[in-house]
Amino acid sequence: MDVIKVGMADLAVCKAPQRLMTTGLGSCVGICLYDPITRVGGLAHIMLPDSTQARNNQNKAKYADTAIIETLENMITLSAEKNRIVAKIAGGAQMFNFIGTSSIMRIGERNVEAVKKHLKMHKIPILAEDTGGNFGRTINFNPDNGELHIKTINQGEKIV
Amino acid sequence: MDFEQLNTMQKDALKEIGNIGAGNAATALSTMLNKKIKMSVPNIFILPFSQVLELMGGAETLVAGGYLQVDGTAPMSILFVIPEESLKLFLNILLGKKEISDFTLDEMDISALKEVTNILAGSYLTALSSLTNIEFNPSVPALAFDMVGAILGNVLQLYGEVSDHALVIESVFLEEEKEVKGHFFLLPEPGSLEIMLRELGVVF
Repeated sequence: MDVIKVGMADLAVCKAPQRLMTTGLGSCVGICLYDPITRVGGLAHIMLPDSTQARNNQNKAKYADTAIIETLENMITLSAEKNRIVAKIAGGAQMFNFIGTSSIMRIGERNVEAVKKHLKMHKIPILAEDTGGNFGRTINFNPDNGELHIKTINQGEKIV
Repeated sequence: MDFEQLNTMQKDALKEIGNIGAGNAATALSTMLNKKIKMSVPNIFILPFSQVLELMGGAETLVAGGYLQVDGTAPMSILFVIPEESLKLFLNILLGKKEISDFTLDEMDISALKEVTNILAGSYLTALSSLTNIEFNPSVPALAFDMVGAILGNVLQLYGEVSDHALVIESVFLEEEKEVKGHFFLLPEPGSLEIMLRELGVVF
């Protein structure tokens, strides 16, 4: 089976039967987008919420705001219709428990908030999400039927 | 400033800190365990994030990660990573444990690993402090046992705002014929690397 692997701070688009996957999402968020009619899918593995607050923002896939725009554009090139695109998201965990939670430790939460805000701005509904917790996730996304397969080490596997 | 832009002299200065830190750490561990623990001269890598994960055997590799934050004039994060396989041997050396059951660490293991993170970080920071005259205040360590991609991703995020590279000190612990490899990450916050190098007298 043809699976495109997306790295950290990376994004990719594909057309079914191709699939997309990304491994080891911690506080990063995996944003899965697809058009159910043309079955064009996109996956972005973002690390940070906001490119406008960064000094080094050349890599669009690193930030929630720019990664969503870039993924949408690439999907449209592959014949997706923007008004049909829907989303599923996973990740945004907090891997370390500290007493007194500083902003770096809450970054997972901030990433999820930013992803939701920007998807809303683009009028993209979120059909499913598996976010938060204190564990890592590996996700496999199938734009053929929109199934998002989520694998963890201690929390089992599920499909949303 | 990014690690990638360092010249040979600056890299050598950081390696020297690694060497002194390893020496201090070996002494501290030997005292704590009342066993002769040696540490080999560490390898130092400056790598882009994607290659850091490859060095660990891929993003899904199960590892224990001890993390602490350092405050002061040159704030930074420190992360100590041991892969599952080495972890079993490491806990054997630390606690005389024969075997750990799959995917879980008990309270004792967690506390031992936090203490090792503390000792290692303390040793490197002492080395760094005596060479730079900068004071470092490390936090209490936190521990996670999960996919390395998830753990590293979490730590690299703060740091990812300015850089796409990390400084990795590969440390090898030796007790008699047993050899355990762990990776120690020094992640200075924006501006901290410049402050340290200036104090080290390696001007750029």
